[in-house]
Amino acid sequence: MAESAALPAADRLQRAFAADVAAAIAKYPDDRQASAVLDLLYLAQAAYGRVTTEAIEEVASLLEMDATQVRGVVGFYSLFKEEPHGRMVVHYCTDLPCALRGAEVFLPEVCRAFGVAKPGETSPDGLFSVEEAMCLAACDRAPMMQVNLTYFHDLTPERLDAIVTALKAKADADRTAVGAPYGLGAVDDVAE
Amino acid sequence: MPEQHVVLRHRAIPNLDRLDVYVAHGGYAQLKRAVTEMTPAEVIDVVKASGLRGRGGAGFPTGLKWSFVPAGIDKPRYVVVNNDESEPGTFKDHEITLSNPHQFIEGAVIAAYAIGARDVYIYSRGEFWNEMAHLKACIAEARAAGHLGQGLHGTDYGVEVHVTPGAGAYICGEETALLNSLEGELGMPRLKPPFPAVAGLYACPTVVNNTETLANVPQILEHGPEWYKAIGTEKSPGTKIICVSGHVERPGNYEVPLGTPFAEVLAMAGGVWKGRSMKALLPAGASAPVLTADVAMGMNCDWESVAATGSILGSASFIVLDETTDMAWVAYKTVRFFQHESCGKCSPCREGTFWMKRVLTRIVTGQGEAADIPLLGDVVRQIDSKCFCPLGEFALSAPRSTLAQFEADYRGHVAGAAH
Ligand SMILES: Cc1cc2nc3c(=O)[nH]c(=O)nc-3n(C[C@H](O)[C@H](O)[C@H](O)COP(=O)(O)O)c2cc1C
Ligand code: SF4
Ligand code: FES
Repeated sequence: MAESAALPAADRLQRAFAADVAAAIAKYPDDRQASAVLDLLYLAQAAYGRVTTEAIEEVASLLEMDATQVRGVVGFYSLFKEEPHGRMVVHYCTDLPCALRGAEVFLPEVCRAFGVAKPGETSPDGLFSVEEAMCLAACDRAPMMQVNLTYFHDLTPERLDAIVTALKAKADADRTAVGAPYGLGAVDDVAE
Repeated sequence: MPEQHVVLRHRAIPNLDRLDVYVAHGGYAQLKRAVTEMTPAEVIDVVKASGLRGRGGAGFPTGLKWSFVPAGIDKPRYVVVNNDESEPGTFKDHEITLSNPHQFIEGAVIAAYAIGARDVYIYSRGEFWNEMAHLKACIAEARAAGHLGQGLHGTDYGVEVHVTPGAGAYICGEETALLNSLEGELGMPRLKPPFPAVAGLYACPTVVNNTETLANVPQILEHGPEWYKAIGTEKSPGTKIICVSGHVERPGNYEVPLGTPFAEVLAMAGGVWKGRSMKALLPAGASAPVLTADVAMGMNCDWESVAATGSILGSASFIVLDETTDMAWVAYKTVRFFQHESCGKCSPCREGTFWMKRVLTRIVTGQGEAADIPLLGDVVRQIDSKCFCPLGEFALSAPRSTLAQFEADYRGHVAGAAH
């Protein structure tokens, strides 16, 4: 920690999202700013590209928390990424109800469409990281996935290809966009 | 019995998520009536008299829970909406959040008035990312129109509604883990007592209710507790949204009077798919002991009837399994879930789910041997009743009940291995 103390204080979160940070902290009572840690970690993940040590330190200092405590929180939840990942994170559900409707059989189609060999990988162009997810509360519309936490349901090979094309077009149009929850930000404007 | 929509009113009323439409259909009128014409105690009495029970899993009487908030404590009080919905096979709060959000927001604020809370936190699973943005917009609009906020309807009562995210952890649906998460701590369960009604968020009196539970409240105030009690059974009044998933023709949410025969709900969902017959039912997502088709087909959908079968209604996530289903694989899938979601606080659950997953993986991938079947039973017995919170016990439900009722499915995987 002595090393990082010598570096200029990290402030990418504050610079990118000052108003969102203030609004998140304002939701909670005075002296309870630690409650905003999840809100801020999503924003920090966007500002730093992933939850880096600097991101953790900035969140800790904004919330007057111990960095070790913030690091523990990051590790506890599945939606925060400490490792580099694509600008879009695909959570494809293979939990029991979806699997009963063929989600596991369909998994290779998903990998193909996003350009990865298997779940856990990122496509060579750096756009898509594909992960298997637990139940996402949409089991009536399997196979289904989220991309940057936006839902896409009732997937077929044709629909998948259309979605991937639309997502690529959005990434092309917004080359510098930075938003929560991941890299490119929300993709809720990409039509199903 | 046909479907009856007390909560899923948007099925008949298009655009009910829009404030003007919600208000045109009686929306926020009951909140106004509560704060201007009723005392908090009168509100609690109406909810008590309705017999409403919690829809998040345990079925605890809602009015009674509200009445546990101690009077005369000089501390803030809070209402927390449990919108974490993460049980495999559950997708009802998701539909409510998208299509009828104002109704549970109004219910939450009525609860707040009843217990003297001035802040409501809606804790939504992080995956409801866009849904949370939608909720925030709904709240802002309702506030601007005077339905929420300070000095409500000319009284000195005021309330703020906040939306707060989880970040991908099933255990945060357990109410005390949720409160820890909301305080910025690791989302691990707390020891009970004290119960949240006495010492909840920030150690202040707190009511935690499920989204669906609260969505019933405005309708109960509008039509009266007698109307509500007349729906459903004596001990399980009202309607319940049943999430039907798995091997059916039309998976989805079906809101029916409690006590409706399972066979009718299955028929609403189009029956078992592909003309097949049913093998088994998981009535409460991954957490419930599995029921054979015979038992399920003779069962009614209410807390007492499902409990009488030895399983649980939980939040009514019915996963239907057809005749082709390998029950050892079903146990494997549920254990995989719980192993992933174990919070790690206590070793029986943390290590027990790890070992169960290892044995089950061996079995379902054909690497197992006959001795693995009793071994799985041994691991189940070793964890039983030793876990800090219900998640660890939930993890045992599918292995134990499938071993007891479908052992042949396990034996099929280890056939050929030395006996
Ligand atoms: C492991 C576990 C997970 C739970 N998940 C949820 C959930 O996602 N949503 C929910 O409302 N209740 C969940 N519950 C139940 C809550 O602890 C609590 O009983 C409920 O929110 C109370 O609200 P109600 O009385 O309105 O049902 C869960 C309980 C356990 C033990
Ligand atoms: S039983 Fe499992 S989820 Fe519950 S406290 Fe123990 S480790 Fe955590
Ligand atoms: S199992 Fe896939 S959304 Fe529920």
